Amino acid sequence: MRGAAATLRHELIGLSGVLERNANLVKRYAWWELAFFVWSLANTLTIVFIAKGIDAAGGKIDVDRATTTLLIGAVIWSYLGVLFEILTETVAWERWEGTIEYTFMAPLARPVHLIGMGIFAVVYGVIRTAVLFAVIASFFSLSLGGANFAAALVVLAVASVSFIGIGMMTAVLPLISPEKGMQMGFIAQGILLVISGVYYPVSVLPQWMQWLSTISPATYALRGIRHAILDGAGINALWGDIWPLIVIGIVAIPAGLVIFGLGERHAKRHGKLKRSG
Amino acid sequence: MTAVEVENLRKEFLRRDAERSGLRRRRRRVPALEDVTFSMERGECVAILGQNGSGKSTLVRLLSTLLLHDGGRASVFGYDVFREPRAVQRLVNRVSVEASFFKKMSSTENLSYAARFYGMSASETRERIPEILRRVGFPEKRRHESMEHLSRGMQQKVSLARALLTSPVLLLLDEPTTGLDPRSKLEVQEFIREVWTAHDATILLCTHDLAEAEALADRVGILDRGRLLCLEPANNLKERYRAETLEEAFFAATGREFEHENDDSERGVFA
Repeated sequence: MRGAAATLRHELIGLSGVLERNANLVKRYAWWELAFFVWSLANTLTIVFIAKGIDAAGGKIDVDRATTTLLIGAVIWSYLGVLFEILTETVAWERWEGTIEYTFMAPLARPVHLIGMGIFAVVYGVIRTAVLFAVIASFFSLSLGGANFAAALVVLAVASVSFIGIGMMTAVLPLISPEKGMQMGFIAQGILLVISGVYYPVSVLPQWMQWLSTISPATYALRGIRHAILDGAGINALWGDIWPLIVIGIVAIPAGLVIFGLGERHAKRHGKLKRSG
Repeated sequence: MTAVEVENLRKEFLRRDAERSGLRRRRRRVPALEDVTFSMERGECVAILGQNGSGKSTLVRLLSTLLLHDGGRASVFGYDVFREPRAVQRLVNRVSVEASFFKKMSSTENLSYAARFYGMSASETRERIPEILRRVGFPEKRRHESMEHLSRGMQQKVSLARALLTSPVLLLLDEPTTGLDPRSKLEVQEFIREVWTAHDATILLCTHDLAEAEALADRVGILDRGRLLCLEPANNLKERYRAETLEEAFFAATGREFEHENDDSERGVFA
């Protein structure tokens, strides 16, 4: 019993180290953080203004609804991007800095290491996304009085579990291939962007893409969050989007850990657990 | 007590040839370590001499649990390196030729990150980090400066501090003084000597600095193209090869000059 408690304490201290290191990096790269935030802001604004642009060009459109739909898509996509970026950095950044060998030879359980990265990614991502949403919403005097933000947050929280699982799977790519891993990660993110209905309903996609969209947690997250914010839907009404997210999460986290474990073993077998760059 | 036991340890890597066979580059197996056998007693300092690409770093990486072997066995204080990596990881730390850190973070932040993985809480590190940095001669006023602003010598001192912070019983030093200016080199060597004598640490020092090996180690081994040719006290080595210096002994053992390092780096294993 005491042995188990000591092990748990050791792992929790290790997990706190992961959180602390990421917080230190955010602090040390503060100007880059600001630059990326301004870039996200500009990028999101450009997308959200499309609704007003269509209206100005004579198109028939509910500008407020379309603006909010695009806003949710852009903001959630930005959140997803942050999550994947931080999780992929589990290996990529450490490899770039050269610390990868010290981190991977330390006595910390890999699931704890990865979950630590996931927790930081969610906390950082939620704060960043909330600020982004608030700043952009202020540009458009949107009426969000009927929005159910609590339900939207529940959907985001459940979806985050799946996102972390998928992030773990993409984090393994730089471990297997130091040169091509990051590129493959970008490709995986790009595919999710197309099939998940970030800026349009998935029903407009070709049939084969619609099939693919059913395995993307972003599809359910976006639909659920839009339903909660645009229509004020509660948890009961959102259950149709929540349960697939729970199922994907239950599968994605263990699958992510197993895949990362196999990737680490491959890297140790072929001598890829070393610095580059 | 036996600290390290290595028996017929083998490791090979797949390397792509420059030549193509059809559309694909041919792959070949390159042996990095071939049937390496040796043991180290607790508290002993053993130096392994070898040129670039001789397999020194592969040996250190295997003992650090960063590589999986292709044959043989290795144990650290009775724990199998490949079957019980977590137990081994608690006992081992290393200093490598590159003082690898998060460059924007300070020495204190980097050490704190490393210490957490070994179960050291925030209150413990608040006490231990200033103490260990003081011991390696790191200036107090620079503790919160980014690592990128520190000289190579300073960074290597922090690297030593990182390794010692976790109180390892086996310290793996992979060319810890390569690239340092003469003064920093002496300071680092002096500190290694202090750690060895004061902390009952067992040290495996991989180096291509002959003087360093002779000055610090109880026994010196020659690793050549993945094979450990001998391992004995420096004087015995010189006697065995009827050499005046370790350099001559190295030449006699390998048939090559120590400076001719390109020979082995072309093998394509870890430098």
